[in-house]
Amino acid sequence: MTAEVRTGAPAHGGLRAWLLAETVTSPAQARAQKLYLGWRRFASNPLALIGLGIVVMLILLAIFAPLVATYDPFAQSLERRLLPPSGAHWLGTDELGRDIWSRIAYGARITLMIVLLVALIAAPLGLLIGTVAGYLGGWVDVALMRLVDVFLSFPGLILALAFVAALGSGLENAIIAIALTAWPPIARLARAETLTVRRADYIAAVRLAGASDLRIIVRHIMPICIPSVIIRITLNMAGIILTAAGLGFLGLGAQPPSPEWGAMLSTGRAYMLGSWWLAAMPGIAILVVSLGFNLLGDALRDVLDPRAS
Amino acid sequence: MSGPVICVRDLRVSFGRGASLIHAVDGVSFDVAEGEVFGLVGESGCGKSTILRAISGLNTEWTGSATIAGRPVAHRRDPTMARIVQMVFQDPYGSLHPKHTVETALMEPIRIHGLDSGARRIDRVLTEVGLSPAFRYRYPHQLSGGQRQRVAIARALILEPRVLLLDEPTSALDVSVQAEILNLLSDIKRMEKLTYVLVSHDFGVIAHMCDRVAVMNHGMMLEELTVEDLMEGRMRHDYTRDLYEASAGYSRRLQTRADEADAAA
Repeated sequence: MTAEVRTGAPAHGGLRAWLLAETVTSPAQARAQKLYLGWRRFASNPLALIGLGIVVMLILLAIFAPLVATYDPFAQSLERRLLPPSGAHWLGTDELGRDIWSRIAYGARITLMIVLLVALIAAPLGLLIGTVAGYLGGWVDVALMRLVDVFLSFPGLILALAFVAALGSGLENAIIAIALTAWPPIARLARAETLTVRRADYIAAVRLAGASDLRIIVRHIMPICIPSVIIRITLNMAGIILTAAGLGFLGLGAQPPSPEWGAMLSTGRAYMLGSWWLAAMPGIAILVVSLGFNLLGDALRDVLDPRAS
Repeated sequence: MSGPVICVRDLRVSFGRGASLIHAVDGVSFDVAEGEVFGLVGESGCGKSTILRAISGLNTEWTGSATIAGRPVAHRRDPTMARIVQMVFQDPYGSLHPKHTVETALMEPIRIHGLDSGARRIDRVLTEVGLSPAFRYRYPHQLSGGQRQRVAIARALILEPRVLLLDEPTSALDVSVQAEILNLLSDIKRMEKLTYVLVSHDFGVIAHMCDRVAVMNHGMMLEELTVEDLMEGRMRHDYTRDLYEASAGYSRRLQTRADEADAAA
């Protein structure tokens, strides 16, 4: 045990001891211990595990779509159109005889891509704008926050519609449009968080050490804001999926024959009375994934929120 | 080197404007000699911490003049002053970044100033403040109040400043820990040949640490006196005597006066 602590590396079978050791011997161990304790708190919440399970399933479905799909998602077969769910077609077929299960599996890739790209664009943008506004204050704060107000004064879907109309329809433009509507609430949140810590003594201490404003914002203020931004963006994922589906539904997002869930729902609407599965299956997929992200976001809040120590 | 290390003339700091204008510091002048411990004492809100924030460069909105080690304190942020003057804050629970380990906190000033052999410097200051190297990778929430304050002192020392500004460094700590931290500060001062400016409202701390003390009230300096004069009651102002006796605890004279005030009210 002592030898293992000295080297700082986990010996065989001593991983748990290493993760809970009183004496920490390397930065990696300190971080691993923090992660491990967070995971234990996370794992003690069953809803958190359900949310995580759904999100992991979505990711696996997207990665292994060619393996789990039973048909080519684009293969049309007019003699097999509008078949109800059965052993051959688990979730039925659509108006062109395409297998809905296979299309939903491939559609997971599109959904995941939208969610990830929007998160990767909106979270850093919102974080940067919010922390800069909050830390610098003065006219920078006024200018940036009025910009945020302008964006926030439109409902997200309407604003996304306007952007897509201006940029042209298509999946890439839909992603950009959704990202442009997703950053302002994050900027607000990051600014509020920054305002609570900018006068803290530990920020004063690093200013006294001679740090530049940029360094203070990036290395000292952002780490404080990141947990709440992660929570917010995870909770927003459901809204992002719904907005993407809404754009697809209106014909402004992914274009046919792409198996985007919102677009599938939109075409299924015409056959809703006779063949309910066309609209219901992608609808259920959207519901489950949105629920999964919401549960995950709630659980992350319990683990990461600094106020709930 | 002879002559004062810190030289402050007619320092004024005010907050707000118009009717709500407050003169937090109203024309304060003092000198601190090399190797001296200069105390600033007064009740809450008398402007003693504000003086520290002005001469350290944290607050740039002030008038008057201040020089530290022969260099004028600028009215904008000046990173080169970091190697001359550092500060220890009152509340060790608020002065350490909650997401940074002790090592990260100590490494940050080294990185900012591009100094070499960071690991060796960290080992040295940790030993100096009486913490074992095992504390390097701890987060603040894994430390006690006294240990946190030792880390905060280590962080102030790591750039090897000549002047340390101490803003009530023990008032947020348990009584049992206060003496440890004060002794540590005395030891460090002797070893590193530092100059201290110590803000406190506790005459016990002042008497233990300081050579000279200035008494403040409403942003002004009432009087400056040596600690010997203070201990033997040779103060010129009644306010100083009241403050001293209030700090010493229950006093019949003070009690009588409070009773009189109550009766008059």
